Amino acid sequence: MIRHMLTSLAAVAIAVPLAAQEVMPDPKAWGDVTAAAEGQTVYWHAWGGSNSVNEFIAWAGDQVQETYGITVEHVKLKDTADAVSRVIAEKSAGKDAGGAVDLIWINGENFAAMKDQGLLFGPWAESLPNWEFIDVEGKPAVKSDFTVPTEGLEAPWGMAQIIFYHDSSRLDIPPRSIPALRDWAQDNPGRFAYPQPPDFLGSTFLKQVVLELAPDPSVLSEPVNEANYVAATTPLWEYLDDLTPNLWRGGAAYPQSGARLVQLMNDGEIDLALSFNPNEPSNAIANFELPDTVRTYVLEGGTIGNASFVAIPYNANAKEGALVLANFLMSAEAQARKSDPAVWGDGTVLALDKLNAEDRAKFDAIALGVATLAPEELGQSLPEPHPSWMVRLEEDWTARYGVGQ
Amino acid sequence: MLGPVLAGLLGTLAPAFGYMPALGGTTFSLNAFEALFAWPGLSSAVGLSLGVGLASTALSLAIVTLICAGWADTRTFAMVERLLSPLLSVPHAAAAFGLAFLIAPSGWIARGLSPWATGWEQPPDLLILQDPAGLSLIFGLVTKEVPFLLLMTLAALSQVRAGQSLRVAQALGYSRVSGWLKTVFPLIYRQIRLPVYAVLAFSMSVVDVAIILGPNTPSTLAVQVVRWMNDPDLALRFQAAAGAVLQLGLVIAGLGLWRGLEMAVAGIGRRWTASGARGHRVFDQGVRGLALGLGAVAAIAVIAGLAGQVAWSFAGLWQFPDLLPDGFTFRNWQRHGARLAGPGLETLTIAALSTGLALLLTLACLEAEHRHGLRPATRALWLLYLPLIVPQIAFLAGFQTLSISTGVDGGRMAVTLAHLVFVLPYVFLALADPWRAWDARQDTVARALGAGPDRVLWMVRLPMLLRPVLTAAAVGFAVSVGQYLPTLLVGAGRVPTLTTEAIALASGGDRRVIGVYALAQMGAAFAPFALAVLLPRLIWRNRKGLLNG
Repeated sequence: MIRHMLTSLAAVAIAVPLAAQEVMPDPKAWGDVTAAAEGQTVYWHAWGGSNSVNEFIAWAGDQVQETYGITVEHVKLKDTADAVSRVIAEKSAGKDAGGAVDLIWINGENFAAMKDQGLLFGPWAESLPNWEFIDVEGKPAVKSDFTVPTEGLEAPWGMAQIIFYHDSSRLDIPPRSIPALRDWAQDNPGRFAYPQPPDFLGSTFLKQVVLELAPDPSVLSEPVNEANYVAATTPLWEYLDDLTPNLWRGGAAYPQSGARLVQLMNDGEIDLALSFNPNEPSNAIANFELPDTVRTYVLEGGTIGNASFVAIPYNANAKEGALVLANFLMSAEAQARKSDPAVWGDGTVLALDKLNAEDRAKFDAIALGVATLAPEELGQSLPEPHPSWMVRLEEDWTARYGVGQ
Repeated sequence: MLGPVLAGLLGTLAPAFGYMPALGGTTFSLNAFEALFAWPGLSSAVGLSLGVGLASTALSLAIVTLICAGWADTRTFAMVERLLSPLLSVPHAAAAFGLAFLIAPSGWIARGLSPWATGWEQPPDLLILQDPAGLSLIFGLVTKEVPFLLLMTLAALSQVRAGQSLRVAQALGYSRVSGWLKTVFPLIYRQIRLPVYAVLAFSMSVVDVAIILGPNTPSTLAVQVVRWMNDPDLALRFQAAAGAVLQLGLVIAGLGLWRGLEMAVAGIGRRWTASGARGHRVFDQGVRGLALGLGAVAAIAVIAGLAGQVAWSFAGLWQFPDLLPDGFTFRNWQRHGARLAGPGLETLTIAALSTGLALLLTLACLEAEHRHGLRPATRALWLLYLPLIVPQIAFLAGFQTLSISTGVDGGRMAVTLAHLVFVLPYVFLALADPWRAWDARQDTVARALGAGPDRVLWMVRLPMLLRPVLTAAAVGFAVSVGQYLPTLLVGAGRVPTLTTEAIALASGGDRRVIGVYALAQMGAAFAPFALAVLLPRLIWRNRKGLLNG
């Protein structure tokens, strides 16, 4: 029965005339790419939950419209998975060209999954004209997304790093290491929360704990196996057994996202929280979402950081336009604007010493937000573990704490 | 209607049994179900879904029944009716956000009482929201289901001559509530049975409200399925599909259980009716008060929640325990107001088109049934209701694949057609029973006076059924306004509506933005409901018999 239905469904798919074989753009012939891109509309699927981000994307769209004649439509997502689902659905339906998604804001597990399933176009990123300014040496994360080599299938456009934040009017001296956090929570039960894994911020908190407590953190950069997993995570589970009763709601309920942490902090339900965007608290202050007494800091041993990227699906309709937009996002102009906390405040992927004096001046002119750390205060970020760790950690976390034991 | 439903189901079933070539699944296996049953939270999640669904449906039905039994045809009841349209037009997620802000330990109620009455300088660490038993979720669902069921009951009431039955019963010495329950309720329930089933299926599968108000260690099965569906680990898509199949089974089991309860209640009710007990005045007063009190709590929760949204949309900094924000600002509206226009227009166009189409199809169907004396096959009805019973996210995966491969994809028309799949059952649901309950003797009389079947339809039947028709249209309109996944999936993200924008922005958690968009969404859904209540009153102000039976 099912087989029969599948055959008829497949017949429908075949009945649709396939688009003519298209010519794949080659970013090395940049003049051809920009010429072909003119007049195209790029549907950029990107998370749409932040005003600052949405406004930056709209600005970038205006710029490439003016310079290259490309129209950018921001498809606002609540979750990157929606764009991934779309590409999978198109592949299932046999639509291998003229797809709906031209560019995706992506990183980590989503990238690993799409790369694995052959859903991405490329390689292209390292042939873009602006690639030469990328800080490949200083920020290895731009070529290795959660340790998975990007191999030119995605272009970096921002740097993120875990920071903790607290309301200095309620909590003056916050704990500066993972063990200190446990002790502090013991004295102040119910005043700290992390989002429920597999939310990426919640999972990153788990990885941060593992990195800090594991006897040999270097195993985290390799794919997980039974022996290294048990050794590395035993201290994590001991730690969480101690911490959980002292979490917000005693761990009987968890916030569902980092955004919810901002609300809880503003409502006075918690005194300590974390974020993956060093500038999020400053932005929230400017937006009346947090009081101006909120401050941020990083842990003494450093915190996990990663890069975020844009990728082009294998069946994208406006590949040339997407390439031009991706290249623009790596330009000094776009990166400097993006780093400005008044606009967004995301870390740059460029090496400032590779820029000319005029472009460097754009970065020097940026004023940091009241709760934003200077780059030297953020320090060197710690690398993300291999994505296979995340899968195991999330499974085990759910079994131990996520289902009401 | 058959195509999309079957393709949608297929898109759920095939991956559940391991078949999804795009993700490398080319053989059939039970691995996905094995993984699903190995998930440690499964029994709690299933129990929770079932319990929440049954409890919220039973509670809503009880409140609606008792309000009607105690208050139908009174001045209080007229006031309740006027409240209906605003209550119905609040989107589910917005109502849930509003309720969450009301009852949280740092919420509006606690702020009103702190610190002067409670002594709380900071909110207490109390598990009120997202409690493991799902009580706050049940509360949230009841607040939205009571208005819907009441609306359906009102449409049915106008067809069963409730007033006359009640007068006869009262003349025979029955108290008001007992008389209504014994004479009117059996007639009404027969007509609102399908809406009740839809409510049950909905509350067992609801996702957005359950994420906001429901427990999360574990959450309900539907929420968990969505989590797996959205997980970057694509292998979990198979498990998600298996979970969706289980969810479907769960909904069917829930409906079966409800059917069993129906029969039990009917048996008890028959014995109670046959006993001839007239009921006591004091008991009556108690029931009337209780019903009105519960209804009022539900209504106040939604309205106060909405007031909270209004306050947030103008708020500057607003911290615990301040009852009101530090300052008010137009900035949020300035920022988003201009951006509401495009998606707002798109929302209204699509809602009007899909509701119009659904109404046309429903009327054509029902009229053909009437003229040719057809009895609708139960199996066909089930197909129509499948979109309401199969969890949306799983049903839609296959639906999306179908729309891409047929090329009906990515534009306003495609989205309208997708909405139609969900709007049509609700319109049919809302209209079928009142339409069929129309007294066919009117037809005989009109035909005897020389009118042809078309004239009877346009001059007698439609005018007499104006209220149920408008009500059905309003429900359909609101359903279309609220669609998120069909719009996103079939529209390829290229057809932005108020709801797609609202949900994307809500993921950023800023209550001010959520407030602005919730009010815009509510505005879009409000007008049709208001018309459905007001128009019959205006047109039939001299025809009291057409307003209420």
